[in-house]
Amino acid sequence: MKTILLCLLLIYCPLLLLSKTIVVDSNGQIRSLKRAIELASAGDTVLVKSGTYKEGNLIIEKSITIIGENFPILDGEHKHEIFTIHANDINISGLEFRDTGTSSMNDLAAIKVLDSKRVTIIGNKFSNSFFGIYFANSSNCRIENNQLKASALAEYEIGNGIHLWKCEQITIDNNRIEGHRDGIYFEFVTNSFIKNNHSERNLRYGLHFMFSHNDEYTNNSFINNGAGVAVMYTKNVKMYGNTFQQNWGAAAYGLLLKDIRDSEVIGNHFIKNTIGIYQEGVSRTVFENNNFYENGYAIRLQASCDDNTFKRNNFSSNTFDLATNGTMVLNTIDGNYWDKYQGYDMNKDGIGDIPFRPVNLYAMIVERIPSAVLLWRSFLVLLMDRAEKVIPVATPENLKDNAPSMKPYDRSKKS
Amino acid sequence: MIVLKKVNKHFGKLLALDQVDITMDAGKSYALIGPNGSGKTTLIKSILGMVIPSSGEIIVDNENIKNHWKYRDKIGYMPQIGRYPENMRIGQIIDMMKNIRRNIKDTDEELIQAFNLSKILDKRMHALSGGTRQKVSAALAFLFHAPILILDEPTAGLDPVSVEILKEKILKEKDKGKLIMISSHILSDLDELSTDIVYLFEGKIQYNNTIANLKEETQEERLGKAMAAYINQNALQHTLQD
Amino acid sequence: MARIIKYIFYDILRTRFILLYTLFLLIATIALFQLDSDVGKVIMSLMNIVLMVIPLVSIVFTTIHFYNSYEFIELMLAQPVNRKVIFLSEYISTALSLCIAYLIGVGLPIILYGVTPSSLTLIYTGLMLTLVFVSLAFLASVLTRDKAKAIGVTLLFWFYFSLIYDGLLLWVIYSFSDYPLEKLTVALVALNPIDLARIMMLLKLDISALMGYTGAFYQNFFGSYWGMLFSTGVLSLWIIFPLFLGTRIFIKKDL
Repeated sequence: MKTILLCLLLIYCPLLLLSKTIVVDSNGQIRSLKRAIELASAGDTVLVKSGTYKEGNLIIEKSITIIGENFPILDGEHKHEIFTIHANDINISGLEFRDTGTSSMNDLAAIKVLDSKRVTIIGNKFSNSFFGIYFANSSNCRIENNQLKASALAEYEIGNGIHLWKCEQITIDNNRIEGHRDGIYFEFVTNSFIKNNHSERNLRYGLHFMFSHNDEYTNNSFINNGAGVAVMYTKNVKMYGNTFQQNWGAAAYGLLLKDIRDSEVIGNHFIKNTIGIYQEGVSRTVFENNNFYENGYAIRLQASCDDNTFKRNNFSSNTFDLATNGTMVLNTIDGNYWDKYQGYDMNKDGIGDIPFRPVNLYAMIVERIPSAVLLWRSFLVLLMDRAEKVIPVATPENLKDNAPSMKPYDRSKKS
Repeated sequence: MIVLKKVNKHFGKLLALDQVDITMDAGKSYALIGPNGSGKTTLIKSILGMVIPSSGEIIVDNENIKNHWKYRDKIGYMPQIGRYPENMRIGQIIDMMKNIRRNIKDTDEELIQAFNLSKILDKRMHALSGGTRQKVSAALAFLFHAPILILDEPTAGLDPVSVEILKEKILKEKDKGKLIMISSHILSDLDELSTDIVYLFEGKIQYNNTIANLKEETQEERLGKAMAAYINQNALQHTLQD
Repeated sequence: MARIIKYIFYDILRTRFILLYTLFLLIATIALFQLDSDVGKVIMSLMNIVLMVIPLVSIVFTTIHFYNSYEFIELMLAQPVNRKVIFLSEYISTALSLCIAYLIGVGLPIILYGVTPSSLTLIYTGLMLTLVFVSLAFLASVLTRDKAKAIGVTLLFWFYFSLIYDGLLLWVIYSFSDYPLEKLTVALVALNPIDLARIMMLLKLDISALMGYTGAFYQNFFGSYWGMLFSTGVLSLWIIFPLFLGTRIFIKKDL
């Protein structure tokens, strides 16, 4: 270890000559972070020793690095925004932010970054922040390995965990957000990545995503959020390998897609949501290799959706697989696995020989009269459904999977 | 020992028992006679609690039987048509009965022996002839030394030898001071077995007296003739269309 | 009482029907487990058997049995045995044999193939439905003297509870869909034991769908501790009330 440090020292010697490290310690020479920041010049590092620092709002307008040792606590005393960053090349890590102020006028945050570039916020903890990490009009930043936890009871009491407005080229990786209003909030954010994050028990959306083109989110889990995940008014967004689970409620969705174009929803898991995916005004989007398991409705497809492709998805143990309010069929749903399929496969090619109609008559009745859900699985409903399957009267006749798979697609193999 | 007070029984519109008042004492044997449908079986079933009277009260051994059932351990009953669980064997039925009246240890198995039932104990009930069933019924009725014996058409369907065996048994029990009640069509049998006669017609008791008195009244030697004479005198027979 | 139960029980076992019924349930259940590896789906299929077959078999078998044991009942009535004891013994023996058949036929495979909360609920509701429909059959049997008529009545009971009632309920929900109906429907559901059992199952199988707008009300109601107590209580009433009524009638009945 020592030799490595020595090597580093030698390599960076010229740099080290220019930059210095300022130690903040409640028992040391410099006891306040504010003082340290004043003393620091661009390129310097401020090392914060463990302890509790109550210094109100700190404005950082220099390109410095602030590192916490054993998570020193920056306490906002329920009054202040803690860091306000307004410069490029700032790194913040190893700090614990606690109890920011709350306000219905200003978006007070634990860390607010305004008009900056190349800011990294890595490995910090946030507890009971109003807004956790707030970026506006910034680019090329990274937010990684942070933990945000809040415990508000009502939406108006709390802000978003990670909030981005008008940014680009941002990476949000491996953060854990709990108990905020929206776990992650994107508005006018482009060319960014959201990956490996865990967003749970947020009061509104696990991820709230608007007007944010060309983004990708991968391998995130969104669990038990008030209304699931909303992706709206966006084109060219890629959603890969995410898990949407247990988003329960009258207006709760695993994934709400509204006015989306040219996007991809691939390899995601939708488990135990009231509605797996709710789609309104979605066009030219591909839904492939997703798993829908134990949802109330796997997919609700409003009539305003067209030109979408659903293939190689697995639908099993959902109460209703597909519900729609229209009769026109503008989407392709061929080649999925439906556990409710009762057809046969004479030529043994793994594809059922008769088409499957995933829209259930009773789902349409429940759509109109929610109370009727009480009769689901009764003999009466069974008979009605059977009759409808033989002679479709109310369900769209052409909405069918012409090549239903006999077996669920195996996700363990790469295909 | 058995007292009926103003007992009425309706089956819908039909009046099966009409103000029946009767007292029957231990040590006597009552012949219950009357045309078909006169209410004999209803009367018997009322005493057994199988039919619930519409009004009036029935007292057995100083106890009003309404809503009671324990008094039935004083009664041995032989039904007119013995109906038994068809799957059971004779032995099983006898054992079951013993099991239910477990308090009586000393059972009277004379008739089981006399009818040779012990040899066919493993026969199932559905395989039995009507006569054998009657034997089983008779054997069960006497099994527990019950102080009251109610026999509904006991000799019907029995062969002559068995009839004699049964008659002897009845007389023997009567002499022990039991109350015996027999309904039968065969008046010659009753002549030997009974001390008193109860004539039931259309649910009413028309005649209730000792056989000796009846014979004296009608100046007839045999009970059959005496009864016929009485019935003719009182125009109590159904009209011919029956 | 135990003695009498023993004899009736023995008699029921000898008819072999119970054996066939057990075998049918066992084969059906095992076949379903073999055909599908997903326990949740098997439970869903089994639920249809439980909601349809169990009430039907329970009610028809009980009625036939009751009439077949008329001789036995007559024989017992001439003996020093309480009528209530005879009747309740008949009930207990019949219910017990059907319950055992169900436990062996459905319960045993479920336990062997893996217990989940939904499968336990299935076993429980199946038992409750058996008891309810045996009760109803006893009531129907004491109400009429004629075997054919009694079987007719019981079939009507079954048809009413499994189909007609739901039709009426759907009609009510449809006609009054503009009004807040949740409480009324809960009350109406309580009037049908099959619906009640079905909803107990729905809470396990379709929880996600029930979390929707009105669904959430039902989930909150039936899913809560009190709701479970309510369902169990109402099902118990469905067992006790017909049995009580049947006993009352039987005690006064002429045989």
